[in-house]
Amino acid sequence: MAKQRVKFTFPQELITLPIIYELGKQFSIVTNVRRADVTEDRGWVVLELEGQIEEIERGLDWVASKGVRIDPVPGDIVEG
Amino acid sequence: MSFAKSLRCRECGREYPLEPSHVCEFCFGPLEVVYDYDAMHRNITRETIERGPASIWRYADFLPVDIEYAVDINAGYTPLIRAKNLGERLGLTNLWIKNDCANPTWSFKDRVVTVAATRARQFGFDTLACASTGNLANSVSAHAARAGLRAYVFIPSDLERGKIVGSSVYGATLVAVDGNYDDVNRLCSELADKYRWAFVNINMRPYYAEGSKTLGYEVAEQLGWRAPDHVVAPMASGSLYVKIWKGLQELARLWLIDSVQTKMSGAQARGCSPIVTAHEHGTTNVRPVRPQTIAKSLAIGNPADGYYALKVMEESGGYGVASDDAEIIDGMKLLAESEGIFAETAGGVVIAGLAKLAREGKIRSDELTVAYITGSGLKTQEAIEDALAIPLHIDPTMASFEHALGERARDTAQAGA
Repeated sequence: MAKQRVKFTFPQELITLPIIYELGKQFSIVTNVRRADVTEDRGWVVLELEGQIEEIERGLDWVASKGVRIDPVPGDIVEG
Repeated sequence: MSFAKSLRCRECGREYPLEPSHVCEFCFGPLEVVYDYDAMHRNITRETIERGPASIWRYADFLPVDIEYAVDINAGYTPLIRAKNLGERLGLTNLWIKNDCANPTWSFKDRVVTVAATRARQFGFDTLACASTGNLANSVSAHAARAGLRAYVFIPSDLERGKIVGSSVYGATLVAVDGNYDDVNRLCSELADKYRWAFVNINMRPYYAEGSKTLGYEVAEQLGWRAPDHVVAPMASGSLYVKIWKGLQELARLWLIDSVQTKMSGAQARGCSPIVTAHEHGTTNVRPVRPQTIAKSLAIGNPADGYYALKVMEESGGYGVASDDAEIIDGMKLLAESEGIFAETAGGVVIAGLAKLAREGKIRSDELTVAYITGSGLKTQEAIEDALAIPLHIDPTMASFEHALGERARDTAQAGA
């Protein structure tokens, strides 16, 4: 089992959709929200995902395909 | 000696021992070093600092490392110059340039990496690593060489050749990653979890970031122990900008300078300006962007310290300012032609932002203003070469020279007409 920490940033049109619920339901991934800030027009959620590494990757690909931006928790890792 | 006590989560306040760690296990907030300021106050004076070496290590007592482990290639204590010519062009009578191009690998990154490398050695790591598009890669490679550490440097595979040479010359292992920017970010985040390496801006980040405080200390000392009235600094992750402010605040807290009334203004490229955009919208909620700018050293679309930068901007009464690519080129040329400093594109961002703030009256003409130039233009020549005059091409005769000179004068007059 692997654990991965990620930040999801939702565009306005996706804020009302239960994407984290679907992620846990459609894939064998345990989702654990640690921090979040969601308003009516924007939102981000920091969460920990636990599961097989391949399953987490499949799940993240699905989330990205919905239009959610996925970043590492500490922000961008690549620096100038 | 180091007066660092612990790490503390900037969000929930939980404390942790001084370990290679960067996020709070509870809320995943960022960790920051906590110091024993009472002990620092008892032990540090202007005189103890002034007796130190002409490098950032004169401020060793302010850093979260023990100096006997120092990995030192002489970073810091770079020139602060009075910019009279540029000031005249912009209508500013008390303008200064902090020239951090004068660092050993030609950018301010030497300040942060020297601290991260030192802490890595103190922790017993044998490998230094980073993901970078240029300046950080150069500095990590150089410091690893000096320390006798292995170095792994991850770069996007489409990086310019000149930037690769500036890292590989030091013997680092360069890993060119095929994929987009987000792919590289994700990979390096995962690698940092798996390998017991000191990733300077990931598990070493709380220590690494503290190196930028020296930009605040040095300027205050070089001005005769006072804070500037106004600072204009570049913003990528926002860390450097926040730490300049922290450095000034610490000096005041230790009674080494009077209280800080500095307005902190931050400059970004319009093609990657998530912090400035949030400031313009009056929110601290930074929305990540996909960078599209020639200022690649500032191209961080999801800035780790964006929120904290916005808080400093608000608290200090400073401004956010963004410039497009043409303005950035003009800024680079203006600085080079007026003060003889060839800055990289990030310097162009700062000068373009400075000019804009001066034009809009947001910097008073007599304010003691310091603009931070954080990297050398030699690394990003391709960004500006098309905007420069080509050499006069002549036969080896006086007549040919004078003919060419006349043509150039005519062209210049026509362009100015």
